[in-house]
Amino acid sequence: MRIGLAVGVSLVFSVLVDVSLRKGIADPAGSTIERSLPTLGFLGVRDVGVGKTIRFTIEAEGEEEAKNKVESICSTFLTNPVIEEAKITIENTDQVEGN
Amino acid sequence: MVDSLHRVLGLSDEEATKIGDILKRTPNPLELAMYSVMWSEHCSYKSSRLHLSRLPTSAPWVLVGPGENAGVIDVGDGIAVAIRIESHNHPSAIEPYQGAATGVGGILRDIFTMGARPIALMDSLRFGSLDDARSCWIAEGVVSGISGYGNAVGVPTVGGEIDFDSTYQGNPLVNVLCLGTLPKDRLVLGRASGIGNLAVLLGSSTGRDGIGGVSVLASAGFSNQVDVEKRPSVQVGDPFEEKRLIEACLEIFDSNLVVGIQDLGGAGLTCATSETASRGGVGMDVDISAVPQREPGMEAHEIMISESQERMLAIIEPNNLDLLFEICAKWEVNANVIGRVTAGDKLRILDRFDGNVLAEIPASSLHDDAPIYDRPKKKPEENKTVSSEKLKVKSDVVSDLLSLLSDPSWVYSQYDHQLFLNTVVGPGYDATVLKLRDPVSGLETNKGLAITTDGNHRWCAVNPRVGTKLIVAEGVMNLSCVGAHPLALVNCLNFGNPENPEVMWELSESIDGMAEACEGFGIPVVGGNVSLYNESSGVNISPTPIVGLVGKIEELHRKPPGFELLEGNRLVLLGPSHIDVGGSLWSALHGLNSGELIDVDLETHKVLADLVRSLVSDGIIDGIHDLSAGGLGVALAEMVAKSKFGITVARIPDALSLFGEGPSRVLVSINSENVNELLSRAESANIPTTRLGLVGGDRFIVKDLIDVPKETIDLAFLTQLPNALGVGTVSA
Amino acid sequence: MTATVGVAVFPGTNCELDSIHAVETLGGDGKILWHSTKNLSGVDAVIIPGGFAHGDYLRPGAIARFSPLMSAIAKFAKNGGPVLGICNGFQVLTEAGLLPGALQKNNGLKFLCKTVQVRVETENTTLTRKAEKGMELSLPINHFEGNFTCDLDTLNSLIDHDRVVLRYCDNPNGSIDDIAGVCNETRNVVGLMPHPERACDLLLGSEDGKVLFESLLGSN
Repeated sequence: MRIGLAVGVSLVFSVLVDVSLRKGIADPAGSTIERSLPTLGFLGVRDVGVGKTIRFTIEAEGEEEAKNKVESICSTFLTNPVIEEAKITIENTDQVEGN
Repeated sequence: MVDSLHRVLGLSDEEATKIGDILKRTPNPLELAMYSVMWSEHCSYKSSRLHLSRLPTSAPWVLVGPGENAGVIDVGDGIAVAIRIESHNHPSAIEPYQGAATGVGGILRDIFTMGARPIALMDSLRFGSLDDARSCWIAEGVVSGISGYGNAVGVPTVGGEIDFDSTYQGNPLVNVLCLGTLPKDRLVLGRASGIGNLAVLLGSSTGRDGIGGVSVLASAGFSNQVDVEKRPSVQVGDPFEEKRLIEACLEIFDSNLVVGIQDLGGAGLTCATSETASRGGVGMDVDISAVPQREPGMEAHEIMISESQERMLAIIEPNNLDLLFEICAKWEVNANVIGRVTAGDKLRILDRFDGNVLAEIPASSLHDDAPIYDRPKKKPEENKTVSSEKLKVKSDVVSDLLSLLSDPSWVYSQYDHQLFLNTVVGPGYDATVLKLRDPVSGLETNKGLAITTDGNHRWCAVNPRVGTKLIVAEGVMNLSCVGAHPLALVNCLNFGNPENPEVMWELSESIDGMAEACEGFGIPVVGGNVSLYNESSGVNISPTPIVGLVGKIEELHRKPPGFELLEGNRLVLLGPSHIDVGGSLWSALHGLNSGELIDVDLETHKVLADLVRSLVSDGIIDGIHDLSAGGLGVALAEMVAKSKFGITVARIPDALSLFGEGPSRVLVSINSENVNELLSRAESANIPTTRLGLVGGDRFIVKDLIDVPKETIDLAFLTQLPNALGVGTVSA
Repeated sequence: MTATVGVAVFPGTNCELDSIHAVETLGGDGKILWHSTKNLSGVDAVIIPGGFAHGDYLRPGAIARFSPLMSAIAKFAKNGGPVLGICNGFQVLTEAGLLPGALQKNNGLKFLCKTVQVRVETENTTLTRKAEKGMELSLPINHFEGNFTCDLDTLNSLIDHDRVVLRYCDNPNGSIDDIAGVCNETRNVVGLMPHPERACDLLLGSEDGKVLFESLLGSN
């Protein structure tokens, strides 16, 4: 399935979206992991945060366009801005998709 | 290497010879793989089938007995009930969350395959002891898996039981029961018919899930080196797929589109295609290229044997195909024609329709010709009798009582147990009570269904025959305690390695005990599942038959009495006083599991069950509890913990009277004005009674034995499970 | 006239028939609204019931909010139509921006199914107009993501404008300020985590949910 572009040659980018809870939002899963680590003998672990990663590939003419598209996907769908934020990593896969 | 392929696949030399005789030629690797899964213990019941035939299976209200996907009984008002119980022990030991989740998914498919809407799940769970970290991890994962799948699929988990014992260390038991209702005339059977009809695969795509022992075929030349990419993967459940599959299938049934349908469980497509064909006395061509595959490069045997979840095989007439596709599209369920019903009796696997034949097998030979073994049996050495005197000396009654208390609400509060507005009595009581509604209109019938699951490995370890009888008797009494009479039983027989003659003896004895009890009580066995090879590090588990009973309440106008005690109530014990420590929870607490088990007198038990049912349905009593593991002491403490008041009781002279276990005993709590009515009914039924004391105050007092604040009892009851399982655990 | 209550169904919804049953017990008519429809004609009120719309994948409610039905419901709400989101329906309404805040995992990190006590905090909503402020109701909860959260400004605004509809008497899930239900600015859209449809029958344990459905049915 194609997203966006209808004409021309597009590049394929691989995208990694790292969704985490915004600072200040309670993270009970993270706290629980942090609390259980010392009982397992692992000391000195702090700031545990639990999130999720979402991976996909996307076609775009260039990296800038890919980034804009992914940001839009993140803010409208992949994250709930009330509680979450996303860190986006984009890599060119060096593949070219002709239409 | 190739010569011994059958051995690698788990087939004996005799079994391989038999396959050659059936085919009148040498089987190819695909055919051998298909036989190996269908003739496995799991699919063929080859060690137990001989013994299972001793169970009574018929009654006028039985519509479908053992052998189909689920048992079905007629419960009146044009309504039928489908019920089945199945184990998912081994997958749960490896991956607790997914093992349990896929166990739930599998049993649901068995029920809606029959045309029924699944309305209730129950779980019978056994784990290693609570002081073992890995056992706690398994328990936590299993409960999360049941919660995660059952809640999301939208079928309430309305009851069950849980127990912890070192015998299950490394080999937990996860037995899942499902019950569904259907209009009696919508019953669908898993059979193909009509030459030229189509076999349509519904649901998920097929991956390398659960291909287990057959994975050796994936490695070239069957060397020891297994390609990492081709490693079989753990089955993963998708409750959302299953929910859509349930709704799509029920709509397909309502539209009368199927000739037959079969779920894909153990042995996947091999089992579903051969079972539908052989039950219908037809053949089938299967085009494996039409099966949607999740991974590239899957081989024929992987596709035929994969245990990928959330799949069904529907047999339909070609002119109904468009309508079926329409319903599937609405529910976003994939549907692909993968087979054709053919004349003759051959199951043929093709690389495409009218293409090359990859396997050709008489469909029925995969089932009917499976071997049946009469494995050697041997009675184990006699157990030594435990002296109750010895237990008395070393035990502290109060601390023993507190150690024996455990509230399962930590478990069931994680399960949606109220969906569909049927749950009159939910988890945590003797039996679950559901409203019986018309499955189509949803209208209430003012009748109820009662369900209970019961098992006790401590009893069965001492004496599997008597222990199993006691379990069935307990199930019957649990149903009576909510005013129901039993209609049918399903069982899950969890035993060790059948190649061990002592295990085989246990299994055979247990089946005899079950048969005796079912015949005595007039209860048909409508389905069962046998799980063998429950062992870890060479040690077999204690014999653990689990029974599920379903009963009916003729008039459900008020909530049956529960455990709650009312102030001023009198406490009366009904039933004989014959008890012992053999197989008791109390003796297990002290590390002993032997002694004598008191046999149940089926006639007395029936009379007591009738008396109890009448007391409940006539509204004479306020509270009731069947005495089981932990005896009178645990029953009293559980009732106190579930109530606002304490108790003062007498006539319990010693620890043995408090914790000893024996059959046919029920504790009731009753308004003083009704005591005489109770006593006279008991007297005319010739059931002994003991007036124990009364309800009130804020202490738990057993004269000359125990005097502690009610809070002490409450705290012990409430905190045992959360303390062991709930703190410091991290969910996946 | 009998009120017709449309009950939204997404793939994965499972409390639709229970909600219809409650509506019909109290004299209304229930009507299934499939997620692909945009047609709300003849509907006097909408319930988005509990369940696991689209499997709760990504986040509860995150996929359902994009359905044609949700755009129609948003329009219906904007025109003052009463909308009630129960449990998963509450999650859908927050995701769709029809109600503020978000629902996170319970602080105990476990799914919770049990009966809790909640207190009615305002009579001025379509769901509580027949209830009394301060009234305690015994209602079942059944959720993993019921921990209501929002920023402090939103919380203060909810409090200042009397938009907290229900509070837990004994907070089961870590919700901020014990909040069990909130409404929108125009008070016709209400979301709550407890399941009032499970509390309309004494045989099932409680009838306390009836007053909420009576309010909804009489609200148009």
